Amino acid sequence: MLRSLLPALSLALVLIAIAWLNPRAISYFGFSLMLNLAIPIALATIAQMFVIAGNELDLSIGTFVGFVGCVTATWLKDAPLLGVVILLGSIGVYALLGALIHLRNLPSIVVTLGMSFVWQGMAILILPKPGGKAPDWLLALMAFKPPFIPFPIVAALLIAAVVHFGLMRTSYGVILRGSGGNSAALKRAGWSLLRTKIALFALTGLFGVLSGMALIGITTSADANIGNGYTLLSIAGVILGGGEFVGGRVSPIGAVIGALTLALAASPLLTFMHIPPDWQVAANGAILIIVLAARVLISRRER
Amino acid sequence: MKKIFVLGALAAMLASGTALADTSGKKIAFSNNYAGNSWRQAMLDSYAIVTKKAVADKVVGAADVFTTADKEVPTQAAQVQNLILQGYDAIVINAASPDALNGAIKQACDAGIVVVSFDGIVTEPCAYRVVVDFKDMGKQEVEQMAKFQPKGGNLLEIRGLAGTSIDDAIHAGILEGVAAHPEFKIVGSVTGDWDQTTAQKAVATILPSLPDVVGVVDQGGDGYGAAQAFAAAGKPRPTIIMGNRQDELQWWKEQKEKDGYQTWSASIAPGVSTLAFWVAQQVLDGRTDVPHDLLVPYLAFTQDDFEAALPKIPKGGVASHEYTQEDAIAAIKANIK
Repeated sequence: MLRSLLPALSLALVLIAIAWLNPRAISYFGFSLMLNLAIPIALATIAQMFVIAGNELDLSIGTFVGFVGCVTATWLKDAPLLGVVILLGSIGVYALLGALIHLRNLPSIVVTLGMSFVWQGMAILILPKPGGKAPDWLLALMAFKPPFIPFPIVAALLIAAVVHFGLMRTSYGVILRGSGGNSAALKRAGWSLLRTKIALFALTGLFGVLSGMALIGITTSADANIGNGYTLLSIAGVILGGGEFVGGRVSPIGAVIGALTLALAASPLLTFMHIPPDWQVAANGAILIIVLAARVLISRRER
Repeated sequence: MKKIFVLGALAAMLASGTALADTSGKKIAFSNNYAGNSWRQAMLDSYAIVTKKAVADKVVGAADVFTTADKEVPTQAAQVQNLILQGYDAIVINAASPDALNGAIKQACDAGIVVVSFDGIVTEPCAYRVVVDFKDMGKQEVEQMAKFQPKGGNLLEIRGLAGTSIDDAIHAGILEGVAAHPEFKIVGSVTGDWDQTTAQKAVATILPSLPDVVGVVDQGGDGYGAAQAFAAAGKPRPTIIMGNRQDELQWWKEQKEKDGYQTWSASIAPGVSTLAFWVAQQVLDGRTDVPHDLLVPYLAFTQDDFEAALPKIPKGGVASHEYTQEDAIAAIKANIK
């Protein structure tokens, strides 16, 4: 019980700390500013969650988000059709990676680590220097101001609800999680493990694309290195949200909350605390370790 | 008589108005995206020296520094948004990307905040840019090289961090210089990331495959590493352009004492952060004539004057220069045309 509440609890704690340090931040304007960069992190975390559900790890999601960002700020604006084809093609590459990892029984860490350099290289080829511009419709979407509830919160709720329904409430969602939980049983029941792995990796690619597009919609312009930090943030988000590295135990709602917590703990909290510059980098790491350690301690007590 | 007195008082008021406008209640934040090399450390040190005094003298109310943990764009964009929420009047920024922060910078401008970028500048039109002419620096490197190696020959280029505007501008300048001096030919190019260790490894890797090299054109922070790599490979020592780092100038001094080795050194002075600070203060002061693009010179040392500067640079540091309010006013004046 406590375990499933933990992600929400840590988010509440961080929010209380922020409210205490800077009451001005707790407002429609404040939440719009603090949380809008959490949307791409939440999407990248969901992407990472799909591979983790299949007992794999994706070390290339960060540079992939950067690659998608570069495509979004260049081709998707100037030649939308070509842009869409490239983005769909990149999801196809992800699906192929899933097939490759399954068929050759390769460790996903090695394959995706290699791919991270491929994505990074292609991003630099597309945008040798930072630039480009997000398509207008994307800018309008990310700047959308719904009444009463800030857009990032609406988006987070929507992402969590859609993925929760798809992965936790549909029968194929059960199969997908089962491929990580007990692949032998699944195989004996006649399900194709190749197909589940392809599906999981394709979903990772899809959410990676959404993450990159959302990011560019906010930043308005791209940079080949823009997503590099997302690899580790997304893994931390999944774990913070109650996921496990093995066993197909993941939680989409937890993952989204985990991503929001990380986004808030790493930046606004730190800025509002007025830590001397020499210690800010270390403090950032310390906050992450404290938050993750609390999660491990509590879930261990549950057993 | 009375009229003259009134006019005189009026004139005195106007004169003091420009010199002593009240910025003592204003808060200026510094958003920095990276602190992990000697240049950035010197930048923060210079900034701390100047702003501490400015706060003590009640020129500004507060000048806080915020550094992000990584070189990531999204982290810094979030940081800028948090600074907006904190209610700062101005943000001095060394940006992770010239374009990708524009969204956050625009939000800051819309909230009435003065944004001054330097070194890593931002292209958002509402922000101010304190720009060093990196392209000219790259071109000068080849011009200087032509003096030391009049016969020309093969050059090795060491690039900076890929994908940054600084690397791009210096590289473009070097290419322009080589085009103007056809006696030089770039035979190899490696990525040194403005870091001695990275540069040393990269140069050591490419050296065996290169013909004889007469000169190394680079971006600063990589010259000493390159020298080490040449020495380790037993290759003849080429003319290596330096980048104002202490270890680079120290090595240059040793070589000069040994056999009169000649080269040239240039880099952006880390203290340019303080110039950006004063520009922000001037804009807060109510000056409306400050151009949004301010071109400032880079800091260069020649064969004759580098030894004088060397003792002032901390070990492992880089040559800096702290700017004053007067420097900023002069720089603004020089850029109003």
